[in-house]
Parts: sequence; C-alpha cells; structure tokens
Amino acid sequence: MESLYLLLPLSVLLVLALIGLFAWAINAGQFDDLEREGWRVLEEDSAGLDPDQAPRRLPSTQFLHDD
Amino acid sequence: MTPQTSALAAPVYSDRVVRNFALASVLWGVVGMLVGVIIAAQLAWPELNFGISWLSYGRLRPLHTNAVIFAFGGCALFASSYYVVQRTCQVSLFAEKLAMFTFWGWQAVIVAAAISLPMGYTQGKEYAELEWPIDILITVVWVAYAVVFFGTLGRRKVRHIYVANWFFGAYILAIALLHIVNSAAIPAGYMKSYSAYAGVQDAMVQWWYGHNAVGFLLTAGFLGMMYYFIPKQAGRPVYSYRLSIVHFWALIFTYMWAGPHHLHYTALPDWAQSVGMVFSLVLLAPSWGGMINGVMTLSGAWHKLRDDPILKFLIVALSFYGMATFEGPMMSVKTVNALSHYTDWTIGHVHAGALGWVGLITMGSLYYMVPRLFGQTKMYSVRAIDLHFWVATVGIVLYIAAMWIAGVMQGLMWRAVNPDGTLAYSFVESVKATFPFYVVRLVGGLLYLGGMLIMSWNVVKTALNGRSVGVSIPDAVMA
Repeated sequence: MESLYLLLPLSVLLVLALIGLFAWAINAGQFDDLEREGWRVLEEDSAGLDPDQAPRRLPSTQFLHDD
Repeated sequence: MTPQTSALAAPVYSDRVVRNFALASVLWGVVGMLVGVIIAAQLAWPELNFGISWLSYGRLRPLHTNAVIFAFGGCALFASSYYVVQRTCQVSLFAEKLAMFTFWGWQAVIVAAAISLPMGYTQGKEYAELEWPIDILITVVWVAYAVVFFGTLGRRKVRHIYVANWFFGAYILAIALLHIVNSAAIPAGYMKSYSAYAGVQDAMVQWWYGHNAVGFLLTAGFLGMMYYFIPKQAGRPVYSYRLSIVHFWALIFTYMWAGPHHLHYTALPDWAQSVGMVFSLVLLAPSWGGMINGVMTLSGAWHKLRDDPILKFLIVALSFYGMATFEGPMMSVKTVNALSHYTDWTIGHVHAGALGWVGLITMGSLYYMVPRLFGQTKMYSVRAIDLHFWVATVGIVLYIAAMWIAGVMQGLMWRAVNPDGTLAYSFVESVKATFPFYVVRLVGGLLYLGGMLIMSWNVVKTALNGRSVGVSIPDAVMA
C-alpha cells in the first residue's frame, strides 16, 4: 500500500506538469494552424518551408501581431 | 567517409550516429529473435538446455526480452528519433559527440546484459533485470539522450514541433522517470542488490514500471515512427493532424494509471485493481483513434499498398497495434483476466504487439531510412522486402493463433472441477496438452527470424552498394 503513496503523488505531479506543458504549447501557438503542419513534413526535403514561418526565436506574440 | 569535410561547405544532418543505430538494430534484432526461437524450442523440448546453466530457460528468457525490447527496439528508437528530430526541425543534432556517446554507451549496456543475464545476475524485475552497475550506466546514457534530443528541439529552425517529436519526447522523459523509480535498490555487492521496496509495494512499483515501459517505450516511441514514416512513405499528410495531437495528449494522460491490471487477484487492494482496469478500458479510445488516423492516411491512395512493400509493413503494423490495443483492455477486465492470467494467452497478446506492431513498424521505418542513410534511392532488393513482409506476417499469425488456443485451453483446464470439487486436470496435463501449440509457435518464430535474416542481408547489400553521404540541411526560409 505504501508504494501508492509514492506512485499516486508522482503520477499526479506528472499530470500537473503535462497540463503545464499543454498550456505552454497552446499559448505558444503550436496548434494554431494544424492543417498546414501535416503537409509540411512532406516538403522538408526540398526546403519547402512556408515563407510565413519565421524562426522560432521571435516571441510568439509577434506572430499574432504580424497578421 | 565522414561528412565533416563537406560540412564546411553546406551544413549536413548528423547521420553517422543514425547509421550506427540503424545497423545495430538489425544486428540485435537477429540476435534477440534467435534467442527467442531457442527458448521457444526449449518450451517444447526442455532437454535443449543441454544441462548447461547459461542456456537454461530462466536465464535466456530475460536475455530474449532485453535484447528485443532494448537492443532491437531501443536502437531503432534512437535511430529514428535522431533521424526524425533533425529532419522535422531542419537542424543537425545538438552535441553530436554526446550523441555518439549514447551509441557506444547503449552498446555497452547491451553487451553487459548479454553477459550478465546468462551468468544469472538479475534483480528479478521483469524488463528491469539488469543489476545496479548496469542500471547506473543506463541512467547516464539516457540523460545524454535527453540532452541531445531536447537540445536539438531547442535549436529548431521550424517553429512548430511536429507530432512525432512529442511522442519521442514523452517516451524519453517517461522512461527516465520509470527507470529511476523502479530500479531504486540497495547494493549488496558489485553485482547484487535488494529492491528499495518490499512485498506488494515492490510488485506495484514494478508493474507501474512494466506497464508504462510498454506504454511509453513500445507504444509512444514507435508511434513517433508511425507519424513520420507513414506520411513520408505514402507521400500524403497524416489523415487528421488535429486527431494526432488529440491522440498524443489523451494517450499520455491515461497510460500512467493502467499498471495495476497486471496484478489482478493479488494482494494489491481491490480498488487499485479496479482503477487500473478502468484506465485500461479508457485507453482503447485514444489507441484506436491513432490507429484509424494512421491507416486512413492512405485514404484515396489505397493502390499504393498493393505495390509498396514498405507501406505494407507500416500499415499492417498499425492493424496489429489496433488488435493488441483492443485485446489489452479486454484482458484487463477482471472476469476475462481470471481466465487469461498466467496462461499463454498473455504471451500471445504480448507478441501480437511485439512482433506485429513494434517489429513491423520498426522494419518498415528501417527500410525507409537505410537507403537514404547510404545515399541510395531504394533498398538493394525490393522483392526481398516483399518476401520479408509475407514470411513475417505468416509467422506472426501462426505464433499468436497458437498462443490464443493454448492460453484459453490452459485457462479452461485449470478452472475445470469435478462434481466433488476436486480439480479435473493436474497441471502437467495442461502442459502436455500445450505441446503441439508450442511447436506451432516455434515454427512461427522461425519464420519471423527468417524474415529478419532476409532483412539483414538486404541491409548489408544496400550499405555496401552505397556510401555514407552527408545529407545537406535545406535552408530554412528566414529572409
């Protein structure tokens, strides 16, 4: 039984961390244009990056204001 | 030889470590499956251990599981995660030398396992048998792996993180956590230790580890391969990219809780067993969502499946994934488990996942990567890929059908009682009745091993015909 006192908090902490990660991904705009992301993987060999994909070092908010 | 010289002209992907891991995966695949065939033969004819302790079933069985999971599957995961993260982020690996360290470190772990397990050194934990010095080496290699993978992600030139990288990332982090918690032990000599937990606590930690090793290494990691290599090979984007994101988050939120289904009807508290069962049933939804998503990627292009043996590997792997992820939740239902537990049905279930899902998706991914890693457009023999596919598939069907029948038969024989309440069969009668199915299983395993030998011939031929070229990184559009 005592092992559950380790595993349950550990799993709950993990889920909290995952929720944090999920929130980051949403706020960072990772899931903003999912249709195009599926296609991009097919174009990588020919350097077919979309011109509007700026390097990620730009703050994500800048993307929103660019539009 | 090395792409270093040309690297000055145009940046290239760090493919040397990928090549090494890909070739190692094929080699260890042959070794691991050969050991599997040997122990399958020993179950039918126990004299085949020749009275030599190193060849006894109890020592070779963990060698088989470690070799196929961590050597064959592990090397393939290293190879494909390094390959995919570079291509989808359009950068070379972060800390290339550290990546090469993960290769040699991982090979050292495998060799240490291949020596220590037959000698009888074991912690006695399934899929975590290796003794504490090897466990420490695994930890060091794994931390280096995480640094390389997440470092590469961190300097990506593409803003979006492709879904395959989420799966690879989750598998790397989860295995680190599982390994450290489950392998916690008190050393009592240089190759002897005692678990930090005792009794049912130890069992619970062990199956929390064991189930999540299946969930994150054998599922999430290989789903990373699936989400990259199926679209690439089919030349079509994944059916619903949105669903792939849902698949990822749903899977990782539920997997952690399903472990107790390995401990039904044991000293584990009843409520914990029931929680494990419920989460196992919930897992069916994301698993099938992902499976359908992968298969439907071919929607409108089914003809490709007829002509392309690599796609056959990848798509049939997914159908076995679907089968195993239906069977698993079903077997976690306590009433079904009362029949299936401790029988060969479990072995059949595991191998539907291992041979069907993990094996076929790995082989398909390797067939995609190997020619590209050696500057070729296709494998040396495409017909040999097709032959491998059919030999392997027939092998799997023989294997799992034999184990289903054997398992249900064993379960029914063990629970049969006479009118006076005594057992209808002694245990050895069920062993005797299983004999023909053990032989059929051996034939299935031999076929699967034969397929792997065809593959290794094909890979060696492709490698010898090609050369190790540096693949230049396309200029990510910045200007």
